[in-house]
Amino acid sequence: MNELAITVIGRDRPGIVADVAEVLARLGANLTDSTMTRLRGHFAMTLICVGPATAEVEAALAPLAADGQLLATVRAVTPDGATPLTGEPYVLAVHGADRMGIVAAMTRVLADAGGNVTDLSTRLTGSLYVVVAEVELPPGSSDEVAGRLTRTAAELGVGVSLRPADPDLL
Amino acid sequence: MTGEYTGLGGWAPDALGVPGEVRPVVAAPDPVLSRPGPEVDPTSAEVVQLAADLVATMRVSPGCVGLAAPQVGVGAQVFAVDVTGHPKAVTVHGTFVLCNARVVEASRWKAGREGCMSVPDLTGDVKRASRLVVEGALPGTGAPVRLVTDGFEARALQHEIDHCAGLLFLDRVAGAHAIYQRKVYL
Repeated sequence: MNELAITVIGRDRPGIVADVAEVLARLGANLTDSTMTRLRGHFAMTLICVGPATAEVEAALAPLAADGQLLATVRAVTPDGATPLTGEPYVLAVHGADRMGIVAAMTRVLADAGGNVTDLSTRLTGSLYVVVAEVELPPGSSDEVAGRLTRTAAELGVGVSLRPADPDLL
Repeated sequence: MTGEYTGLGGWAPDALGVPGEVRPVVAAPDPVLSRPGPEVDPTSAEVVQLAADLVATMRVSPGCVGLAAPQVGVGAQVFAVDVTGHPKAVTVHGTFVLCNARVVEASRWKAGREGCMSVPDLTGDVKRASRLVVEGALPGTGAPVRLVTDGFEARALQHEIDHCAGLLFLDRVAGAHAIYQRKVYL
């Protein structure tokens, strides 16, 4: 069974999800994990599907991209790429005046501490830049990481908070 | 703080004895919103005027159910709240201003969507206690107050107490996909 990673990005219009999903369904490609959103008017979609060969999916998606408004890429990936959870889950929030390198500097602190970013989104609205990330930190490291994040945030002139993510297990 | 904590005892902004002036509301990323405000002397003329101004500014702002000193550019532990008439409010204490308020009991945590006049373009999902006990002091007399509330008024109080501590709802959102571009403006 082939596992494929597909990205579709382009000017937003109604029907992109339906068009792409229809192509995949027709080929017998089972759409597993996916995320889709609109970023500053661009539609962006990343998904993993299981089924047909790369070339077959590329060919089937090509007509959608023919008008130059959409870019679709397909590549084979190693199946079952799920990484086991090894750390403690935290939510990182950063906000402040927009400037270059906020994401780079803050995520470098996490990486240097052995933390793994599992989800991240950013928003720029006016001059306000907001980063929210879900991260896994090595057990027992959160106080030290929080201290480093605070120092880095101060250098950037932004505010930062790091809080445990509570999963509400029922 | 001295004396027994009591309820608001029918307190109303008229008790401040000064007319409030509408002040401009500051928006993030203004750094005043990210700095913890110091405790204040609730009986000082400056704090009484600030309290009146917060009420006046809250009243002219459509949909505003609370306003904290940092939102008018003043780092201080003072805020106004009024959730009267809000469809989500259960317990309602009318219009009041608290100084140096702190949460003393919090329970029944619930997620809810929050917006903020100082972050006009975004909303976010934030977990807050829906049963709350808050202690603080009234501006003017400095009388110690203990408020027991719930639901939306509890949420508003926690949001404003956070402002006084230099925190925005952005600091408390539930996850990477818990921030939304605001679609409806009042």
